[in-house]
Amino acid sequence: MKQSGRRRNIWVAALGIPLLLAAAYPLQRRIDARVRTVQQEKDALMLRSGRVLKKLSLGYDSLLADIYWTRAVQYYGGKRRDHDPNLELLAPLLDLTTTLDPHLLVAYKFGAIFLAEPPPKGAGRPDLAVNLIRRAIVNNPENWRLWADLGFIYYWDMKDYKKAAEAYLEGSRQPGARDWMKVMAAKIAEEGGSRGTSRFLWEQIYLSTQDSSIRRNAFEHLQSLKAEEDAERLEEVAARFHQRFGRFPASARELVEAGILPGVPVDPAGYSYVLTPDGKARLNPSSPIASDVLKPVLPH
Amino acid sequence: MTWVVALNTFREAVRDRVLYNLIFFALLMIAAAVLVGQISIGIEHLVIVNLGLTAISVFGLVMAIFIGVGLVYKEIDKRTLYALLSKPLRRRQFLVGKYAGLLLTLAVNTALMTLGLAVALFYVSRTFVRSDLSILVAIYFILLALALVTALALLFSCFSTPMLSTVFTLGLYLAGIFSTDIRSFGEVTESPALGAVTKFLYYLLPNFNNFNAIAAAAYGRQIPLILVAQNTAYAAIYITLVLLAAAAIFSNRNLK
Amino acid sequence: MQAAIEINELTKDYYLGFWRKRPRRALDGLTLTIEEGEVFGFLGPNGAGKTTTLKLLMGLIFPTSGGARILGRQIEDVSMHHDVGYLPEQPYFYDYLTARELLDYFARFFRLSAEERRRRIGSLLDLVGLSSAADVQLRRYSKGMLQRIGVAQAILHQPRVVFLDEPMSGLDPVGRREVRDIILDLKRQGRTVFFSTHILPDAEMLCDRVAVLVGGKLQGVGSPEQIVSIEVESLEVLFELPAGSALPPALEAAATQTGARYRIQVPEAQLYGVLEGLRAARARIISVSQLKPTLEDFFLRLVSGEQRRHAVEISGGGL
Repeated sequence: MKQSGRRRNIWVAALGIPLLLAAAYPLQRRIDARVRTVQQEKDALMLRSGRVLKKLSLGYDSLLADIYWTRAVQYYGGKRRDHDPNLELLAPLLDLTTTLDPHLLVAYKFGAIFLAEPPPKGAGRPDLAVNLIRRAIVNNPENWRLWADLGFIYYWDMKDYKKAAEAYLEGSRQPGARDWMKVMAAKIAEEGGSRGTSRFLWEQIYLSTQDSSIRRNAFEHLQSLKAEEDAERLEEVAARFHQRFGRFPASARELVEAGILPGVPVDPAGYSYVLTPDGKARLNPSSPIASDVLKPVLPH
Repeated sequence: MTWVVALNTFREAVRDRVLYNLIFFALLMIAAAVLVGQISIGIEHLVIVNLGLTAISVFGLVMAIFIGVGLVYKEIDKRTLYALLSKPLRRRQFLVGKYAGLLLTLAVNTALMTLGLAVALFYVSRTFVRSDLSILVAIYFILLALALVTALALLFSCFSTPMLSTVFTLGLYLAGIFSTDIRSFGEVTESPALGAVTKFLYYLLPNFNNFNAIAAAAYGRQIPLILVAQNTAYAAIYITLVLLAAAAIFSNRNLK
Repeated sequence: MQAAIEINELTKDYYLGFWRKRPRRALDGLTLTIEEGEVFGFLGPNGAGKTTTLKLLMGLIFPTSGGARILGRQIEDVSMHHDVGYLPEQPYFYDYLTARELLDYFARFFRLSAEERRRRIGSLLDLVGLSSAADVQLRRYSKGMLQRIGVAQAILHQPRVVFLDEPMSGLDPVGRREVRDIILDLKRQGRTVFFSTHILPDAEMLCDRVAVLVGGKLQGVGSPEQIVSIEVESLEVLFELPAGSALPPALEAAATQTGARYRIQVPEAQLYGVLEGLRAARARIISVSQLKPTLEDFFLRLVSGEQRRHAVEISGGGL
């Protein structure tokens, strides 16, 4: 009689469970559609190691992304501090980071700069940088700055002005893009690389980020550009001296004594320029700016 | 009557010093808040939210499983159930009471952790923004997931030892997390039979991915209200289903 | 008038072995009726099925066949537990609670006001002698203390029927006396007490009726006197032999000697023959007395199988 109380529980379960599962089926489909907008997966390119890690992270991939980003930053910092030019792990670290969190913009930007920069400042692999940024754009299509980052790699590191102009142009079409994007696109398409363009773009990079490494790097580049400009002008003055006096000046001091220059020009770090016997201006070897750059940056 | 059992279950958890895990959580949050500025520039808010929500989820999961698998088993094994069932208490009232008690413990624990997270967040960002509301939604989703895990642990507790129950519950949880991948795997293979099986499994297994909004909360993305309603309904369906099974099993069980 | 407890062909099989093929019959067709106000003893050796019966009655395990009613309601009806109290064998309670908290917790399942709860818990703790340890956690309790709190929780709600499984176990003589008094008090209040025990003198003293269970089968039901009267009565002769006299050879085996005295047990039918032999031996008869058999004798003989054929239901109260 009341034994049916126990048996009733079994019947309720036996009938109720399939019914509930049947109700869950359409609900799950609706959730699937909705959840996609919230979680915004997935990456288009197959990065195998990143995918495995994503699986292993059991859904805690945002946290892991932060961890890997932190490791990437520390990896880079450590290498620079140790004056070790070998940065071959930087690309994989950034790959993992951005696979786990496709929206971590600062990681993409970091890669854009430091994967492309030649050693010792970077990994010297602009091709990897391009891949990274292209993936960034796929995952963050509304972000116009990523196009600027892409364009800059083509412009500065790869000297591919056609592609650079295309990138800036494409970026200028995105919502919220600044006007200078279109201007740059046109300028680069027309005249390729120029110091003015380079300075402007490095300034934009400097202004667009909070990351201290990127900012410092941009600042150094701006200093180098300024030094180059100064050096060129100094060479012009030396040439005029040569015209007047038939020989090149022995040092910049001579130019001052000759009344051509008001004072000895110094580079942004405060060191005076050195004049070679054939009238070329060079940075003072003791200047900190000289230790890095001044590879032939500018096309002529 | 059910509530009497629930409150006692809560009291048991507190006396078992379960809530001391909050100390570890607090230490973790403090360390994170203080150190994060030195490690990752520009994403302090992001890291704290990620870390905090992940910790809430993991701590809660551990608690739900480890206490859950003993809910019924311990009472049978220690025979405390004998005296209790001699009272005018139906077996399913006992089950629901134990479940509610553990759920209450989890809710209190999570609430306190949320407070800790808020403090850490305030320390790092100095202000709250409206987008932080999505953090609360993410926590609610975590609670839904924990409620379902607890129900599963309770179910296994009715007929299996704590060790096995832990394995089963954890296994189901992991299967639920990977259910999307199981399905993708089936779609990628050439075999339609395998594809059908994996698709079936996908809809059968409780999909714990639904409840994962940690990334959304970290970026302050708004979580649509309709999803909140859907997830609540989904959790309710599965919890009911599991409790029905538990009631059917337990009410027919001969105590040793 | 409705009986307090009606048990009808209650049977419980346990399935042993991995494929659950071989059933062990723990209880075989138990049929028994207990009236309200009775103190009923349930006797039997270990493994006889006493605890199984109690667990079946309390709904902790389910019968293979047969059923029972308590106060007119089926044992599956949990609401009947309002009027039923139960002390399990080897009781164990939540060790993180104190005695007071445990009683308060259990009391909440009955419709009692907070005031009433407090009053009853106080007086019960006094009754079982645990007032001084009321706020100590149960994990510190000795076996005897747990037994007492077990009794307390069984009668907390003043149930009409009380089931006690080995209520005396783990108690020292003082404790046993206290439980005996509690049972007598319950009887005075008109409550029905059904308890299982090994301690037969207690059963003899307390019970209106007893039932004996061996191997899952009921062997006999009746008042203690009725049960033991199945025993063949015998007499004991106490005598002395004069110096120089020898014991009649026929009696040598049966007689025991303590100092100068001899003692011999004689079935009633053989009494005069033995007395003749003693007179011939010029023994001095000190006394001839009736040996009252105890439940224990009956019990031991029953268990060893000799009295099986005497198992008879004597009481007319059953169905």
